[in-house]
Amino acid sequence: MTRLRSLFLAPPAVLMLVTIAVPLVIICVYSVLSRGAYGGVELPWTFENYGRLIDPLYGGIFVRSFALAGVATLLCIVLGFPLALFIAQSGARKNLYLSLVILPFWTSFLIRLYAWMFLLRDTGLINTVLQAVGVIREPLPMLYNNGAVVLGLVYGFLPFAVLPLYATLERLDQNLLDAAADLGARPIAVLFRVTLPLCAPGIGAAAILVFVPCLGTYITSDLLGGSKTILIGNLVQNQFTTARDWPFGAAVSIVLMMVAVLLLFAVRRRGEELL
Amino acid sequence: MKRGLTVYATAVYAFLHVPLVILAIFSVNSSRFTAWQGFSWQWYGAMFADRDLLEAAGNSLLIAVVSTALSTVIGTLAAYALWKRASAWLAGGLYLSLVTPEIVTGVSLLALFQGAFRYLNLRLGMHTVILAHLSFSIAYVVVVVLARLRGFDPSLEEAALDLGATEFGAFRRVTLPFLAPAIAAAAMLAFTISIDDYVITSLVAGVDSQTLPMVIYAMARRGVSPVLNAVSTTVVLLLGVLVLFSERLRRA
Repeated sequence: MTRLRSLFLAPPAVLMLVTIAVPLVIICVYSVLSRGAYGGVELPWTFENYGRLIDPLYGGIFVRSFALAGVATLLCIVLGFPLALFIAQSGARKNLYLSLVILPFWTSFLIRLYAWMFLLRDTGLINTVLQAVGVIREPLPMLYNNGAVVLGLVYGFLPFAVLPLYATLERLDQNLLDAAADLGARPIAVLFRVTLPLCAPGIGAAAILVFVPCLGTYITSDLLGGSKTILIGNLVQNQFTTARDWPFGAAVSIVLMMVAVLLLFAVRRRGEELL
Repeated sequence: MKRGLTVYATAVYAFLHVPLVILAIFSVNSSRFTAWQGFSWQWYGAMFADRDLLEAAGNSLLIAVVSTALSTVIGTLAAYALWKRASAWLAGGLYLSLVTPEIVTGVSLLALFQGAFRYLNLRLGMHTVILAHLSFSIAYVVVVVLARLRGFDPSLEEAALDLGATEFGAFRRVTLPFLAPAIAAAAMLAFTISIDDYVITSLVAGVDSQTLPMVIYAMARRGVSPVLNAVSTTVVLLLGVLVLFSERLRRA
């Protein structure tokens, strides 16, 4: 029975080796090499690329990335939890409501960010309407700042939070909630003292699933943040294109990758198997 | 509390969907400014007259079709192999491809291609984009197909073998038909991801392989344009239909 399996295993194994394993090894090696005179990399070996991460200039980018991703994650959880609760309690229409969350998740993130540019810019819909109504005289500067980036992240990654939160709520033992209610707890008390504590692992998992892609985002900050809001993703992209400092870009990539893998490993440990 | 929750959920769904609806409405506005002037298809006309856009759309379509076909086949093989017996290496690789930040995948593939091309007489182009798409879409195919395989009774295959089928015959005539809906759903997802990708594609594409998201991105960076509204609406509608269809197949 294993001959066919080995035969089937070969193409994906080779592909994964060539396009996942080897590139990561190359990036690891590049990250401890020096910058070449014409881009690219050259000897000698050095750890200086990692040392530069502590430079206040780049440290600031890391701090900003973690802060924005953290705020976006918090918002996704706070906004997503009640929605997940709503879906879990909606009986027969569950699938429809779930699809409505999943649909934007699969339809062009790029275009959905553009839709916000359309709404937020100085001559965008929101400013135009507010000015027409007479609430404001000058357009509000809503685009190209940290707030716009957080909005874009929340908009893009809310489904990442809702789906695992929903899965957790779905598995919740209804008897426990009923018991609390029978013992005299009001719905709010049941929510805060029974439901939420029982969902804590699910909430943790959802938070990590949102935080990791937010941390590595590139297009959200580029489109909605403008040139002022440089995040880790933009730093990496920049080092590999315009700045042509591949070793440093590789070092940043490795750090970003490590953070992502370690965080996601923590989720997987808890049994949230992806594969 | 129940009613409050419903009101709240409506608000969140509006937040998720209304921006795209507004974009669609303004894509048929005859004015190029943010004020409604009258109905017009002119921006769709302009969209179909734009050579660069059409060429990019053609490239995207070609890349998506080829990479989808390949990743569906290879992903299905991987799912079947993993279902037969777990493989920590393959599963680990697939998992890694899912969790690696897109930008890291992009630059590491770029490094791979640049490194390889120093020894081969090749340049970045459609082939590198296809290989990159193949690499990141396989894991999605595996997830979808494997989920379906988990509901498959292995004794059906064993029965086929007992009745004289070869190993491959049993796979082709018994297992594969059972997997068909999941494979179709997986293919649609792979197609969606491929046609949509910007971050990785922009890093590994050559000058002659501009894709639709790359053109959309360049347009968006230049600012809002009514043609882009039309392009966006078209893409979202097409992808939306594809995704809904895929979801249905997955639940079938």
